[in-house]
Amino acid sequence: MDKPLLAVVGLQFLDYQPFSLELYPGEIVGLEGASGAGKSLFLRSLADLDPHRGQVFLEDRGMESFAPWAWRKKVAYLPAESSWWLDLVAEHFTDLDPATLEALGLTPGLAKSPVTALSTGERQRFAFARILQNQPQVFLLDEPTAALDPDNVKRFEGLLAELLAQSGAAVLMTSHDASQLDRLAKRRYKVAHKSLSLR
Amino acid sequence: MIHLNSWDLVWAALLVLGLAATSRRMGLGLTRSILVSAARTLVQLGLIGLVLKSLFAVQNPFWVALVALGMLGAASHEVWARQKRPFVGLWGLGIGAGAMFISSFTVTFFALVVILQNDPWWEPQYAIPMVGMLLGNTMNGVSLGINHVTFAAFKEKGQIEARLLLGQTAAQAIGGVKREAVRVGLTPIINTMAAAGLVSLPGMMTGQILAGGDPLEAAKYQVLIIFMIAAGSGFGILASVHFTGQRLFDERDRLRPDRLKPARFG
Repeated sequence: MDKPLLAVVGLQFLDYQPFSLELYPGEIVGLEGASGAGKSLFLRSLADLDPHRGQVFLEDRGMESFAPWAWRKKVAYLPAESSWWLDLVAEHFTDLDPATLEALGLTPGLAKSPVTALSTGERQRFAFARILQNQPQVFLLDEPTAALDPDNVKRFEGLLAELLAQSGAAVLMTSHDASQLDRLAKRRYKVAHKSLSLR
Repeated sequence: MIHLNSWDLVWAALLVLGLAATSRRMGLGLTRSILVSAARTLVQLGLIGLVLKSLFAVQNPFWVALVALGMLGAASHEVWARQKRPFVGLWGLGIGAGAMFISSFTVTFFALVVILQNDPWWEPQYAIPMVGMLLGNTMNGVSLGINHVTFAAFKEKGQIEARLLLGQTAAQAIGGVKREAVRVGLTPIINTMAAAGLVSLPGMMTGQILAGGDPLEAAKYQVLIIFMIAAGSGFGILASVHFTGQRLFDERDRLRPDRLKPARFG
């Protein structure tokens, strides 16, 4: 068996029980649980966005030994709702890769529009393209396809599979669509009653 | 110089009473506030007049320092009271106090020692009014600046965190907010400098002329004061906005709005 890419050992936030899990290179792991159960809080702690206790390792190297910004580039969290701070979508990119955009059903022309002119689904896909610029090793995806139509869900899943096969990155993702997790995830965890368990 | 006697103040007070009576007839609900604040003006200025008179009489640096620190305390409390979401704990008061101490006291010290070359440099007749003038004006800019940063940190949490998540440092993620806050804080004093003497004579100059001073001499002092106020406010705002930006993030560059109190005044 490979060594884990991401190892979470007794991670604790707020009044939750310690969470532990491992992600292996190239795999997609599902995270389910009711709304408000704490899935997003867990992902936020993994991205070191909220205070927490316990340990997280990326390839045997502890989170604390990375600079915070370096960790967040390697362990990329995509929130369910994307946020933009400049007027145009393209201004948020240093490297707009047309191939990536095309794989997501987007175009460079669309990137030149104001953020407010895009649909929620388009913004969500651009937000994914945005974190791809950092070439993360671990993706923490929070409802990545919630606002997408079936065609674009298919495109997104295709791109994700291709990406993991190429780079050996790993994904931990939430989805309210149980059939999506059935399709994609080899293993699934569930957050309930403030603790994490393997399904 | 025309000396004011008590009757002169009574005539002026009658004007305020007239305003209070009018507000009562119009049902503005301000009558009480007008009377109470007018009474506070009378009592507070009377008391500070007495305090300054005895302070000038004893000429003791210890008392000068104590009065200056008392004024800093009052200004810090005022900055705190104007924050919609002040920091929890001592930071709420401390950031404003620290920034105003650094800027107002340094600028006053510089003016007394380098420009006026007074001997002794702490002579209360110069030191106290200058510290007061600087604190009073720096206070406005500092409270505007801090308020803008904390307000934006709350309102733009999503944007700031999105920037952190893309690998920006805390300083990069809050940089735009900080620059805007400095702009907001500095605008009043820049407007004051641009309009000085055109719209109205600044208060200090008016007072000096009414008290029988030479208008040109009064103008020179006013220029000195306005430049000091601009420098004092400017550096005070920069310092307070910087400290506020620091305190909003922890050692792992996480945005920490939980360090702010819940919003007040609606």
